Amino acid sequence: MAIFIDSDTKLVVQGITGRDGSFHTTEMMEYGTQVVAGVTPGKGGQTFEGPDGASVPIFNTMDEAVAETGANTSVIYVPPAFAAGAIMEAADSGVDLVVAITEGIPVLDMARAHAFARDQGVRVLGPNCPGMISPGTSKVGILPAQIVEEGPVGVVSRSGTLTYEAVFALTNLGLGQTTCVGIGGDPLIGTNFIDCLEAFEADPDTEAIVMIGEIGGTDEQEAAAYVEEHVSKPVVGFIAGQTAPPGRQMGHAGAIISGSAGTAEEKMKAFEDHGIAVAKRPVDIAGLIQERLA
Amino acid sequence: MDIHEYQAKELFRGAGIPVPPGEIATTPDEAEEIAGRYGGMVVVKAQVHTGGRGKAGGVKLAKDAAEARAHAEAILGMDIKGLTVEKVLVTPGEDIATEAYVGVLMDRKKQAATFMVSPEGGVDIEAVAEENPEAIRKLTVDPRYGLLPHQAYWLANFLYEDKALARQATKIIGQLYEAFQANGCSMAEINPLITTPDGELKAIDAKVSIDDSELFRLPDVAAMRDTSDEPAAEIKAREAGLSYVKLDGDVGCCVNGAGLAMATMDLVKYYGGEPANFLDIGGSSNPDKVVSALEIITADPSVKSILFNIFGGITRCDDVANGLVEATSRIDIDLPIVIRLTGTNEEEALQILEDNGFSAYSSMDDVVEKAVELAKA
Repeated sequence: MAIFIDSDTKLVVQGITGRDGSFHTTEMMEYGTQVVAGVTPGKGGQTFEGPDGASVPIFNTMDEAVAETGANTSVIYVPPAFAAGAIMEAADSGVDLVVAITEGIPVLDMARAHAFARDQGVRVLGPNCPGMISPGTSKVGILPAQIVEEGPVGVVSRSGTLTYEAVFALTNLGLGQTTCVGIGGDPLIGTNFIDCLEAFEADPDTEAIVMIGEIGGTDEQEAAAYVEEHVSKPVVGFIAGQTAPPGRQMGHAGAIISGSAGTAEEKMKAFEDHGIAVAKRPVDIAGLIQERLA
Repeated sequence: MDIHEYQAKELFRGAGIPVPPGEIATTPDEAEEIAGRYGGMVVVKAQVHTGGRGKAGGVKLAKDAAEARAHAEAILGMDIKGLTVEKVLVTPGEDIATEAYVGVLMDRKKQAATFMVSPEGGVDIEAVAEENPEAIRKLTVDPRYGLLPHQAYWLANFLYEDKALARQATKIIGQLYEAFQANGCSMAEINPLITTPDGELKAIDAKVSIDDSELFRLPDVAAMRDTSDEPAAEIKAREAGLSYVKLDGDVGCCVNGAGLAMATMDLVKYYGGEPANFLDIGGSSNPDKVVSALEIITADPSVKSILFNIFGGITRCDDVANGLVEATSRIDIDLPIVIRLTGTNEEEALQILEDNGFSAYSSMDDVVEKAVELAKA
């Protein structure tokens, strides 16, 4: 078992003919993800040549792609100017899940796109996220497959490479993962920590959860309170940005301490107050999980 | 991106909001000339990208042109929170009967633009929110419908009992929302929105932040960027497509990914060092980015050691290794460089580094500890 994606995931890639879209489509197919369709307006009727002679039909619209192939999930590698439109098109097409990788989508566009997707009852992951991977069955996004392994740990994170660091440390200790989810570094994201915690709690194969946050906003604080109330499985947390100065954006659009709100200290304290073990260093995450699964 | 008060006022005027006239002076002569044309009382206001200008002495009332000149002389070149004042706004003094606050910002939790209005204007709204929350009325705008007329009127009625004033404020609130949308703002505020003794509303101070992701489609707004108070290294980094923030320490950091970059800085501190910077080279492994990153780090005189921490996922370690070799052949670096590369194409990368006289670590902790030790040596 896993959360959000598994062997039943049938994926359509929006922006499949672009540089990033084509590269990652091949990577996802190599991992075993069922990529059933691609969408690039104006290129309908062509095919995408994947690894080992596999080919994927390309459609002009999401509507056609879903009608023809029965896709249930979409991943978006569309440039920022068109990405919010692509998310809304996906949400309107009948898929249940839209994973938006694109970084730099205007926030006002995303406010509309999130509202639209909510109305359609469609889950959005991201934007500005690495996607997710359920080891052994499916990968949707850009996470490096070689560092994951099947196992009992659920991982949810706002960061990309920092997640890899934590997952790598877990795998090195022989602790595999059910699903690793990167929720994204933007100010407005579709799927948040609490959504993932709820899913991991409900997933019978997940035995422990890693939650990796960073400065900015209050999502981690709210997630910590949620853990105390609703999560029976052990949770280990890490927060990046203890040395970040206030008022400066640290790479991710959402990683900014506003006034005194959103500091690493505040978030780590919230974790501790609600019974979440806090790792001091990324490498300690795996050790803390191991203790809790022993 | 933060813009100056005078630029924010231009955006507000464009939306029809009543804003008093004003002109920019970069010398005391210009300030005197502008004040002379307005006649009577003027306000001389420092234009810097920070709050608390008034408290720092950067906003002064002048009774005539001569006094405006004297104030401009004092304010131009003044240091406000580490920023040097290069420009002042000279604007006619207004008779103020009341001061209100009207602001709109993108609320992360509600995922929508949210208005805050208060009859207690001219003060720090965060302080009002904390000490006297009932003095604030909030409204979240549904992005599907925009700000509806009755919502603007509801907000305005919280500010003014007088019907004529409430009507004017309704219009201004609607115009502020239009300006917010049209200019890709993440925050736009009028503080204070004043009433004059003869019943007119005017926006006499303005503050706007623009969402950086909007700039590609708003060239006029993008042109408002003022880099004069930005460190040269940060301008260079932005132009090279890197995220860089200068800090006070001596361990120069070059990392791929924002989260890992922050975690690396934190680990430097954990091992008793101080990071010199935040630097994210992003997902690309373009050698030019590595060169730019090294140029930026080595241009900082406080850097004593350089730390590379690369977790190859999409970024290929061998590309970064090639970039590093190329960078060190193009620029002279006297500082010790320690490297950690792991993940995609790690073995190829280690070979490239070894062939060129570098060695690499595979653990983040080891490389950070070494970088801290070298910075202290």
